[in-house]
Amino acid sequence: MPVREGTYGLLAEFDTPSQLVHAAKTAYSSGYRRMDCYTPYPCEEAAEAIGFHRDEVSLVCLIGGLLGICAMFGLETWISVWAYPLNIAGRPYYSWPAFIVPAYEWTILFAGLSAAFGMLALNGLPTLYHPLFNAPNFRSGATTDKFFLCLEADDPKFEVAGSRAFLEGFSPVSVVEVEY
Amino acid sequence: MATKDAPVNDPMIDPVTGEYRVIGPGHTFKSVTEKVSRIVLTPHTPLGWYGGFMLAGGVATLLLIAVTWLFLKGVGIWAITIPVAWGFAIINFVWWIGIGHAGTLISAILLLFKQSWRNSINRFAEAMTLFAVVCAGMFPLIHVGRPWLGYWLFPYPNTMNYWPQFRSPLLWDVFAVSTYATISVVFWYIGLIPDLGTMRDRSKSRLGQFAYGLFSLGWRGSVRHWVRYETASLLLAGLATPLVLSVHTVISFDFAVALVPGWHTTIFPPYFVAGAIYSGFAMVITLAVPIRKFYHLEDLITIRHIDNMGKVMLATGLIVAYGYSTEVFMSWYSASHWEYFMMWNRMFGPIGWSYWCLIACNIAIPQLLWLRKFRVNPGLMFLMSLVINTGMWFERFVIVVTSLYRDYLPSSWGTYRATRWDYATYVGTLGLFTVLFFLFIRLLPMIPMSELRIMLPQAKVREEAEPIPGAGD
Repeated sequence: MPVREGTYGLLAEFDTPSQLVHAAKTAYSSGYRRMDCYTPYPCEEAAEAIGFHRDEVSLVCLIGGLLGICAMFGLETWISVWAYPLNIAGRPYYSWPAFIVPAYEWTILFAGLSAAFGMLALNGLPTLYHPLFNAPNFRSGATTDKFFLCLEADDPKFEVAGSRAFLEGFSPVSVVEVEY
Repeated sequence: MATKDAPVNDPMIDPVTGEYRVIGPGHTFKSVTEKVSRIVLTPHTPLGWYGGFMLAGGVATLLLIAVTWLFLKGVGIWAITIPVAWGFAIINFVWWIGIGHAGTLISAILLLFKQSWRNSINRFAEAMTLFAVVCAGMFPLIHVGRPWLGYWLFPYPNTMNYWPQFRSPLLWDVFAVSTYATISVVFWYIGLIPDLGTMRDRSKSRLGQFAYGLFSLGWRGSVRHWVRYETASLLLAGLATPLVLSVHTVISFDFAVALVPGWHTTIFPPYFVAGAIYSGFAMVITLAVPIRKFYHLEDLITIRHIDNMGKVMLATGLIVAYGYSTEVFMSWYSASHWEYFMMWNRMFGPIGWSYWCLIACNIAIPQLLWLRKFRVNPGLMFLMSLVINTGMWFERFVIVVTSLYRDYLPSSWGTYRATRWDYATYVGTLGLFTVLFFLFIRLLPMIPMSELRIMLPQAKVREEAEPIPGAGD
């Protein structure tokens, strides 16, 4: 159930990644900011073109990993020294070299889960609804072989007729107005 | 590598580099997508699929029967006893988890080394990892005797006021294998998300659209998403690499930390890891050769892949051979009577034939991989992969059984002869593995479409932005 009404943006379809990158670069330099490109495979140049350079996934992963190592090493120490001290062949209760192995595994476990779920969360996924799927040509192309540039209506520079003319200038396959 | 002995007009050879192509000529974004997704989206399931699935299902039923009988009667139905308390269960556990390691190697380590040829085989190699871990994980659980209390292995607050003992490699194993299983599932699923989006958009059936739509999490291919996605994939690969090395290292600690001649050796971690990759690549070939034939994927899983995997097997096989010779050398050099006897008994004792099977399958026969003519022949490589996996099974048999059955005191010597339930359980897991694999190739795209698209020449962004007529599709 859409929560908003009106225009989400204008969606231009291209046949090649080069055309898309050219259009995205020009749009960025003409002052458009709220826009996105949609490609069937990772296309770094398109991300660069719309001014998206850095992501926080690595930071989330680092925090997760540190949390994992501290959690497991702490748990092992607490169990072996305080909660359930056992004399195993006269080894010290605080046998830190032996504790490294599970702590190492949990570092990787927490870091990996943080990277994966952090990436999804930063992407706003999972999502059950997105207005772009209302565009008639989006589903047949965006995940197969077409390249899309969407200028979003939230952009202060956006104006339906003017932006449409701007996109038409790149001779795309089509320009579609997307409704919420 | 020059390809002087291959026919010059072979379309699968790139005229520029003279190498076999990673992907057949003339493919477009649409054609690779269609080729891969059609296998899954067709409403007509091939008859061969049904036949194979039923056969594998029949074999998997054997596992069900064997495990049911085990739960009713206990581990006494197996041949394990004193002195050989670790029988088939541990052999099969190590064998299966080793097979899984090639999937992680292909998806993670080769990604870090930018070996883009891996793109077309990584999805099903990862699926192989998952299913191998499923089979592997079952064995220690049913070996403990009371599997319904398996959760006692994990540290959790309980009314018994009991906590696990963290100085034992057997407990390290719990964390290594559970982490490995979890990260493998996550890595595999993250890799699937964009392709699930493609399947959602191409599926004609309501059920397909709903199911693929649900699991694709609303993926729409935004380049912002792609950037984060690529970072996450790279991080997961970077994490899975030390993980895969640590898992088999920890498994080798189960042996190496014990004071048993034949187990107590520092060569075990590297030699276990190399052996794992060796057997895993063999299993990838066992699966890839029939699949590419059956589904006509010769231009996506090409001779180049088979050739490269042959080279990896040759390299890891030589590391394994080095491991075996170090063991023999050390048993002499240690000047320990027990070590010396163990090696003599391993080679010439009552179960000595297993050692020579191992040497033949893992060292002697695989020397054929030096020959390029051999490596580019899928049929021969398929046979070789079966030989290597047999050899790797014997390796674990030799390590587990021949180290244990004649220990320090001749009065406590015994022997080991597997029972029919041992065999039924082992063969049953082969069936389970095949069943899971059949379901995978029917329900999910077995080749990552988004990664194939990157490898096409059309994917390059040209600096000159003039529209190129007709260059799109």
